[in-house]
Amino acid sequence: MRVRVLVRPKQGILDPQGQAVERALPALGFSGVTNVHIGRLIELDVEDPNELPEMCERLLANPLIEDYEIVAAR
Amino acid sequence: MRFGVVRFPGSCDDIDAVQAAERVGEAVLLGHRERDLHDVDAVIVPGGFSYGDYLRAGAIARFAPVMDAVGQFASDGGLVLGICNGFQVLCEAGLLPGALLPNVSLRFVCRHVSLEVVDAGSAFTSACATRERLSIPVKHTTGRYYSPAPVRVLLRYAAGENPNGSQDDIAGVCNEEGNVFGLMPHPEHAVDPLTGSSDGLRIFESIRASVADASPAVRAR
Repeated sequence: MRVRVLVRPKQGILDPQGQAVERALPALGFSGVTNVHIGRLIELDVEDPNELPEMCERLLANPLIEDYEIVAAR
Repeated sequence: MRFGVVRFPGSCDDIDAVQAAERVGEAVLLGHRERDLHDVDAVIVPGGFSYGDYLRAGAIARFAPVMDAVGQFASDGGLVLGICNGFQVLCEAGLLPGALLPNVSLRFVCRHVSLEVVDAGSAFTSACATRERLSIPVKHTTGRYYSPAPVRVLLRYAAGENPNGSQDDIAGVCNEEGNVFGLMPHPEHAVDPLTGSSDGLRIFESIRASVADASPAVRAR
């Protein structure tokens, strides 16, 4: 099974990368963009998707500072 | 006493750590595949870019075979010092609380910073005085310490010196038991006035004194 794991900084943790991009967009003429956050996309083939939460908790994300979301990929 | 300095693929401050440790005792390198720490009295997890810092700094290194031995050593009460990438590895391994995030500036910082000793009552700072200032360099991109829970802070960046946006100006923390210490500044790069400061030696001297207090046999070595 092909899956995507989306990892993003936890809410409330300062995300300077997101802020830098948010500040850069108006410079290119794109207005009205807020709440930019930058995370990581991990794509993987897994035999047993039930193992995914543990993989995320133990390696793919650091639960102290990051949230993760598991999505089926096509 | 004898220090063991861990060397992962991508470690780059291991030799400086060995040479700094040799100013107060003996030092040996411990390869990442080692399962035995060869009876060292203290372990240093040095700076660098272990396993390329892939995924997150320190995330892969903690699965190295040698880290099982380091974890066992720590749970038996052995002294473990993590410097920079070593600090990141110890946090990822759960041997220290908290995590290191990218610097607020998103830039690599490399300069001497002034540190304040918050707690000189630890095994790692006993050769210092509380509130004493130490000049020790930092060089990192991922050094912003964060912990949602209260932690035991041993070193802080002095007012106005915080190079990375670290929570409460935290530069170094230890575990509750007081035998595992991690810091972003590099004491091993500050052991000779020739390179700007020898204040870093105090950390190594503290470790030597603590090990000697705990073991008369070591004192005799």
